[in-house]
Amino acid sequence: MLKILRINTRTREYTFEDLGAYAGLGGRALTSRIVSQEVPAGIHPLSAANKLVLAGGILACTNAANSGRTSVGAKSPLTGGIKESNSGGQFAHKLPKLGLLAIVLEDKPEDGADFTTLLIKKDKVEFLDAKNLVGKLNYAAHDVLKAAYGDKVVTALVGPAGEQCLMTANIQFSDPDGRPSRSAGRGGLGAVMGSKKVKAIVLDPEAKDSVEPADGEKFKTARKRWLDILMGHPVTSQGLPTYGTAILINIINEAGALPTKNFRSGRFDGASKISGETMTETIKARKGAYKHGCHTGCVIQCSQVYNDKNGEYLTTGFEYETIWGFGANLLVDDLDDIAVMDRTCDEIGMDTIEMANTMAMAMEAGLVKWGDGKGVIELLKKVGTKDPLGRILGNGTDFTAKAFGVDRVPVVKNQALPAYDPRAVKGIGVTYCTTTQGADHTAGYAVCQNILKVGGDVNTLGKAGQVEISKNLQVATAAVDSLGLCLFVAFAVLDTADAVSVIADMVSGLTGKPYTADDVVALGVNCLKDELAFNKAAGFTAEHDQLPAFFRNEPLPPHNTVWDFTAEEMQAAKIA
Amino acid sequence: MVISLKCFAQLGVYLPENAEAYALHPGDTVAAVVERLGLPQAEVKLVFVNGLKAGFDTVLKDGDRLGLFPAVGGG
Repeated sequence: MLKILRINTRTREYTFEDLGAYAGLGGRALTSRIVSQEVPAGIHPLSAANKLVLAGGILACTNAANSGRTSVGAKSPLTGGIKESNSGGQFAHKLPKLGLLAIVLEDKPEDGADFTTLLIKKDKVEFLDAKNLVGKLNYAAHDVLKAAYGDKVVTALVGPAGEQCLMTANIQFSDPDGRPSRSAGRGGLGAVMGSKKVKAIVLDPEAKDSVEPADGEKFKTARKRWLDILMGHPVTSQGLPTYGTAILINIINEAGALPTKNFRSGRFDGASKISGETMTETIKARKGAYKHGCHTGCVIQCSQVYNDKNGEYLTTGFEYETIWGFGANLLVDDLDDIAVMDRTCDEIGMDTIEMANTMAMAMEAGLVKWGDGKGVIELLKKVGTKDPLGRILGNGTDFTAKAFGVDRVPVVKNQALPAYDPRAVKGIGVTYCTTTQGADHTAGYAVCQNILKVGGDVNTLGKAGQVEISKNLQVATAAVDSLGLCLFVAFAVLDTADAVSVIADMVSGLTGKPYTADDVVALGVNCLKDELAFNKAAGFTAEHDQLPAFFRNEPLPPHNTVWDFTAEEMQAAKIA
Repeated sequence: MVISLKCFAQLGVYLPENAEAYALHPGDTVAAVVERLGLPQAEVKLVFVNGLKAGFDTVLKDGDRLGLFPAVGGG
C-alpha cells in the first residue's frame, strides 16, 4: 500500500502514514480532502497552519496512458480559497516508486530560517542546506541538482518568485528531458512552498518500488482499450500532437472569442502570426520537436520543443493560454518574444496566465506600451529581484491594478481570466464564476460544447444549457484530476460511450475491488463538495460568483454580446 | 460574389491561392465550396461563417467569411 509522507518543516520530523481515512482517494480528491479536513479555512495562506499537498492520482502507480499528472493543493494565497493546481512532469510518476501517494508539507520554520532542499528517499527524508540554490532561476537550480543526483533526478522547485512568497509564484516540476519546465501554475502555491522555506523537493532517482495491479488481467484489458480510445480520437491522436494546444488560437479567433487588448475585442489582427500552425512550421524549420510528452506514459504528446532563431532550445510546454495572454491580450504578434516570456516565467517561477493579465494591467497603467514585447520581457525580469516594482507585478493582476489605479481588471475570486472571452463563450463564463478555483478554464471546459462540438453542441452566445454543461464538466474534471489523468483525455472520453466504464475497470483492475462509472462520478462530486465546503467556511458566497462589471456593460466585437448571467442563475452549476 | 476563405490546421493544404477573394456561384452552400476545393467533407469537423458555427447546408453570400477546421481541441 502506498503511504502519505508528512514533513514538519519546522521541527524536521517526518512520518510515513498509512492512508487510513484517505484510502481510495488520489490527486485532486486527496489534496482537497486533506486541505478541507486539516487546514482551518480562515487562516492566512502563508501561515504555519497551511499545508502544501503534492499528490499523484489514483492511477499514478500504473502504466495506464496519460496517468501521470501531479496535483498540488493548499489554501491559495491568490484566491483565499481552496486550490488544486495540476501539472505534468515526472513527479507523480516517481512518487509510487518511493512507495508514496502524496507528500504533505506542514508548519513553517521560524522567521529568518534558511531555505532547505528536501531529499526524499525510500523511508527517509534528508534536510539539506539550499544555499547552493537560493536566488537561482529554475533551470540553473535544476542543473545543480542534476549534477548532484544525476540527469534522471525528479524535482519540484520554487523560483525567486516563490522565495519571495509572491502570489503569482508557481511550482515547477522536471520533465522527462530533465528540464524544470512543467508548472503547477495557478493560485500562488509556490508562495506556500516558499513560506515553508522549501526551495526544492528532490525525489531519489534510485527508487524503484512498483505496484502490481490486484487483478492483472482486468487491468491489462482495460488499459489496452483505454489506449485505443485515446489513439482513435482525432483530437488526441492528430490535432493536439501536431499543433499543440495553440491550435486553438485560430479557431477561438474565428469564433470571435479571443480576448484582445485586455478583453476589448474577440479578434486579433495578428492571430495567424501566433497560431499553432505558425508555431509548428517554425519548430520544424528550426529542428525542434512538435510532438513531445510532458510525462512518462503520455500518448497525446501535445507539448513541443521550441528553439530560437539560432536553433538553440528556448522553451517547451508552450501553451495556448500563454500565447494568447502574452500575445493577443497584449497586442504582441511576435512568437519568439512570447516564447521568451514563457521561458522567463518558468525561470522565475510564475504563472503565465496571471502574469500575462498582470502585464495587461501594466499596459493600462502606461508602464509599457501595448504591443511592446521587449518591454514586457524587461518587466517580467524584475520579478524576484529587489526592485519593488517586481514585488508589485509578482503579486498578480488585481494587486498590480490596485497599485496603479486600473479599473479594468479581469479576475474572478482574484484570479485572472484565461483565454476565452466569456461574452462569446458563455459556458466557460459559468465555469469561471462558479468553480471553487477562481477564474479557471480547466475546471469545466465548456469550450468543448460551445465551440468545438465535442461532447455536445450549444449556441456559444446564448444562455440555454450552459449551467448544466458547466456543472457536469466540473464533476468530470474533478474525477479526471483525482485519477491523475491528463485533462485532455476528456476530448476522447466525451465522445466515446464506454470510456468512463473503461476508466472504472482500470481502477478495479488495480485495486481488485468493484469500481463502476458511478464511482468515478462520485469521486468528482465528493471532491467538489470538499472544495465548496472549504470555500464557504473561508467566507465565499454567491456574490463572489460573478465576472467584473465591464463584461456586463461592454459589448464584445465582433458579435457584440454581453455577459448576462446573474450569480443566482449560476448557482445550479455548483454541487448542492 | 466573393468570400474570404480559410482552411486551418491539417486542412491548410486545401487552401486555394485566391482564398481572400474566393469566387462564389449564386446559391453556393458550404458543401459546394468544400467539394470544389477537393476537400473530403469527413475531414471538416467545424464550419464557421462570419464567426458563427454553421452547417454544410448554409448558403453563402457575398462578403461572407468562411472558416473550415478539422477536429480541434486544447486549452
